[in-house]
Amino acid sequence: MSTVSRDTMMLTTPFHSRVEAMCDLNDWGNWMGYTTPNAYFDVELEYFAVRSTTGVFDLSPMNKYRISGPDASRYMDRLVTRDVSKIGIDRVGYAIWCNDAGQVLDDGTIFRFAENEFRLCSYQRADDWLAWNTLGFDVSVENVSESIAALAVQGPTSCTILTLLGCENLNQLKPFGMAHYTFEGHPLMVSRTGFTGDLGYEVWVPPETAEALWDRLFELGHEYLIKPFGSHALELARIEAGFLQAHVDFLPAEDVVRVGRTRSPFELGLGWLVHFSKPLFNGRSALLKEQEQGSRYRFALLDVAGNKPAEHSFIMKDGKVVGTVTSAAWCPTAKSNLAYAQIEMPHGAVGDELVAEIYYQRELHWTQLYAPCKVIDGPIFQPARRRQTPAPPQ
Amino acid sequence: MTDYDAIVVGAGHNGLICAAYLAKAQHKVLVVDGRSVPGGCASTREFADGFSVSDCAQWLSQLDRNVMSDLKLADMGLSLSDAKATISLQADADHLILADGTASGAGVDDEDLAAYRGFRHMMTRFANVLKTLYQGRPPKLVEKNWTDRLTLLKLGLGLKMLGKNHMQDLMRLALINIYDVMNEHFKHPALKSAIAMDAVTGTNMGPRSPNTVYSYLHRITGEHLSGTGTTQVMGGMGVLGDALAESAKAAGAEIKLGVAVKSIEKTGDKVSGVELEDGSHITSKIVISSADPTTTFKTLLGYHQMEAGMAKRAELYRNRSGTAKIHLALRALPSFTGLTTKQLSQRLIIVPPMDEMEKALNPIKYREISDRHLFDISVPTIEDSSLAPEGQHVLTALVHYVPFDPKEGWDEARGPLLERLIGELEVYAPGLSSLLIASELVTPSDFEHSHKVTGGNWHHGELSIDQALMMRPFPGSTQYATAVDGLFLCGAGAHPGGGLLGLPGRNAAREIIKRGALA
Repeated sequence: MSTVSRDTMMLTTPFHSRVEAMCDLNDWGNWMGYTTPNAYFDVELEYFAVRSTTGVFDLSPMNKYRISGPDASRYMDRLVTRDVSKIGIDRVGYAIWCNDAGQVLDDGTIFRFAENEFRLCSYQRADDWLAWNTLGFDVSVENVSESIAALAVQGPTSCTILTLLGCENLNQLKPFGMAHYTFEGHPLMVSRTGFTGDLGYEVWVPPETAEALWDRLFELGHEYLIKPFGSHALELARIEAGFLQAHVDFLPAEDVVRVGRTRSPFELGLGWLVHFSKPLFNGRSALLKEQEQGSRYRFALLDVAGNKPAEHSFIMKDGKVVGTVTSAAWCPTAKSNLAYAQIEMPHGAVGDELVAEIYYQRELHWTQLYAPCKVIDGPIFQPARRRQTPAPPQ
Repeated sequence: MTDYDAIVVGAGHNGLICAAYLAKAQHKVLVVDGRSVPGGCASTREFADGFSVSDCAQWLSQLDRNVMSDLKLADMGLSLSDAKATISLQADADHLILADGTASGAGVDDEDLAAYRGFRHMMTRFANVLKTLYQGRPPKLVEKNWTDRLTLLKLGLGLKMLGKNHMQDLMRLALINIYDVMNEHFKHPALKSAIAMDAVTGTNMGPRSPNTVYSYLHRITGEHLSGTGTTQVMGGMGVLGDALAESAKAAGAEIKLGVAVKSIEKTGDKVSGVELEDGSHITSKIVISSADPTTTFKTLLGYHQMEAGMAKRAELYRNRSGTAKIHLALRALPSFTGLTTKQLSQRLIIVPPMDEMEKALNPIKYREISDRHLFDISVPTIEDSSLAPEGQHVLTALVHYVPFDPKEGWDEARGPLLERLIGELEVYAPGLSSLLIASELVTPSDFEHSHKVTGGNWHHGELSIDQALMMRPFPGSTQYATAVDGLFLCGAGAHPGGGLLGLPGRNAAREIIKRGALA
């Protein structure tokens, strides 16, 4: 059943006319107030388009902020935990940001256009926090979410299709690089970024060229088996690739009501994004203290025996519950049964052998399963093409 | 190797007290202040040729007795008058006199008197509970710390010892307003407003504002910690500043006046010293600021030097004041209808009934000048002839409510307001204006400029429960330490807060020593 009425208060993206036309299942979801497809025609086939040919995902609802001004670089460095000076011009960096208590507010990507000009893409609306952060800085923060439309073009043939679109030498673009082109007289920016763990790009254009871009992509990509994909297929791809999802694998600290439900970067396995070499960033003092005193939880990637996804499972050690699963899926390409879990310290170190308590149902018959699982070092799905430059031809 | 163990920003009373205690503990301390005289708001100024006044605080009633004795202030030249009565002037010259725990005049009857004594008794019991909290660092509520637990235990015990009825009353009263409490206890309008005035002095609040019971309790607690009663410092309030400076110097502290701190400097993630207005840099293990929180965090350290949540808290800190002062130089002793000369030397207040007080507050919310005011008057020259030429006098008065920044600007508003205020006084002191040699109005924004107190608020921030005790000045920067490593607070913006208490300075020094921050 459709979850959306036609006179809805839901927003639509600049690609909506095209998305709607291709959404055979008429299966819609709500992504931060925007009507977005859960699935277009078949979740697994959409997923396999990403892994085998090219999938296109409308990521326009992503929150986007333009941060500029003389202090923009210092502002960004105080905002996020990683060292922004290490992100070069025309480069992109994954980042997280914390409150003063060192608890993660959100994750996102930083696009650096110039020494003092950035775009911050965030899962949450961050207008309030970003505005408070301007105190003491000569910086301007502008919400440009609605003035930029974006598509993720992901999969082995994505480079080829975008090159046909006019993105010359795109195969030379390194992961996390940005390249600038024009499309029908308007600027078009391509970044080699994505949320699928595959070779892939994100394409950023002004909203007025959105429909033309979609049409042209699907026209050029026809022979390369281009398909649109919805959020369910994306979910499968991102779990396989080892990416965290806000509101699923952690709760943004601002949304948390109960004591102890927030998470620090260390507790999410994101300690590598915390650069104490910077003298100041939000959460630094608290995170230093946590580093000394130890964390409460550990993020663990679990390889679960069998093929039943360990969704919402309790994780046990010697018969005692030591954690819970936040994301789980049978990953078709990696051919593994993956789960992300938050495990109470000191459990959950790489190699630790645990048990997932899985419940599943077949024709109204519930079965309880204790599946052995092992903490692994990183995602199993690591295709070479994800990092290769030049991008391999297909 | 640093130049000093500690640099204290500001030579106000709390800064000097903190420095004195640290120096007594053998630490190398430097106090820096941009003003040419020590004492901060405890200062005397010649405002007209031969006429001097206590140009900020005019009464001393809350200075902690332990501070006075530890720092040997009497030996350093501090001399106080006898305790003053408070006389609330009435239009019919049948004035209300509050002295020695009793009330008289203005038709006060036995029932009023019984109510007044009962109220004072209750407030004394509450003040005794708060005293415990005021004399040490405020406890944090959640961290597992035994000192804090002990303080909380004592507080709990103190509350329990109040007995069920008083305990319930304290819990209830602390969050309501002085207007309701007065109406609950009294029927005498002048008695109500005389007490209510003590709840709003130096604040931006009217009698019906929430938190006014807390600000009243704060004042009463200070008076209990001091025990001097409301007194006048002989020679002017600056003598207190001088005595504190002498005491700090005698203990080994250095005091550098006339050069302001321009910024508090960080090296890496830690505060490492200060830069002065003259461009010189001084290093220290820690910096202790007695400046108000806004000056400390926004101006001296800078919001860009701290984490954003802390900058937000500092920015939201409330510190407006609706209190101004007038200073009058008089060719002869003024005559107030119905007052003897002895009575004229006491603390005189002019305060309308509470509803009128509240109405007097309303215009300043909209940056307008009120058409009636509250006065807290001192004629110090009756007891202290050193402040004016032979036979001549000064009159100073705290005036409520005056906007911080009136719409028309102070250039335009200043003259007419001063004239209006003298006119309002003249109702009670006929012929006052004919005695004038000189006069000045010191507005809240003048205080901000002259004494570097943001908002002109001499409490260094509104005295309200959300900015008190374990939340003063704001969560994350309590117990005299701040969220910035190496930066401490010792001013009225720290627990237990404003007024000439001296406890923030003393408690800060003790906490800094206890933490081993200077080791």
